[in-house]
Amino acid sequence: MLDSIIFYFFAGVAVLSAALMVTRRNAIHSAVFLITTLLATAGIFLQLRAEFLFITQIILYVGGIMVLFIFVIMLVRLDAPIHQLRFRMQRLVAILVAAALGMEVTVILLLAHKLPGGGLLIQGSAPADRLPPNSEELAKSLFSNYLLPFEIASILLLVAMVGAVVMAKNRRRTDEP
Amino acid sequence: MMSPAHYLFLSLALFLIGCIGVVTRRNVIVVLMSIELILNAVNINLVLFSRIFGDVSGQVFALFIIADAAAEAAIGLGIVIAFFRNRETVLADEMDLLKW
Repeated sequence: MLDSIIFYFFAGVAVLSAALMVTRRNAIHSAVFLITTLLATAGIFLQLRAEFLFITQIILYVGGIMVLFIFVIMLVRLDAPIHQLRFRMQRLVAILVAAALGMEVTVILLLAHKLPGGGLLIQGSAPADRLPPNSEELAKSLFSNYLLPFEIASILLLVAMVGAVVMAKNRRRTDEP
Repeated sequence: MMSPAHYLFLSLALFLIGCIGVVTRRNVIVVLMSIELILNAVNINLVLFSRIFGDVSGQVFALFIIADAAAEAAIGLGIVIAFFRNRETVLADEMDLLKW
């Protein structure tokens, strides 16, 4: 009972603010609603007993990435809401395509138990406490089985950092040589 | 715990909203934010199945996706700043330098 109240609260907040995010015109408003969605998703993670991801989501997404977004929004000039309506046709097509995709996945999920082999086990309930201390398990898995992907991810972050600095660097210094 | 279908439908809803945002918005920064939303929806699925199967690998992959999202946001916003410096706009349909 309490579980479902928590789930519907976080899911409602997440979906509602995601819908507001894509419909608000002001980019700052979109950013604030995206923060709300990410926080609600962090709540969902906590309900799924993924404590480490919960705290990572808050620190990294809400604390890091969103600050970057808001910083860039303040840096560039965002105007011209006058001809905002030019994508009206594309909006209709987008909603139709999204509705088709949503129907398709919904049908598949609802008919999953009729598939051979029972499909995905999405109908029953999960075992209660199979994942004991979360951070410890995650660290064991990350530093034993997934050590190579971990190192590759760190190289990726380094490359992204250097790339962002090069991309955002002042133009004049690159034109000299 | 709720039935897993609830989480799958939540993830589906967030994914579709993100897709609509990517296609309809003209502001490139909001398009990047919609991509973050899509990645987040995928993370819900990974964490859910990690919990169902009692295996922590799904959460490891969710961590990698978060790292990818950070890298993508840094690069994307760097491109936005570089483009704004050249063309004084961040609207997607004005990015037509490669258009014939």
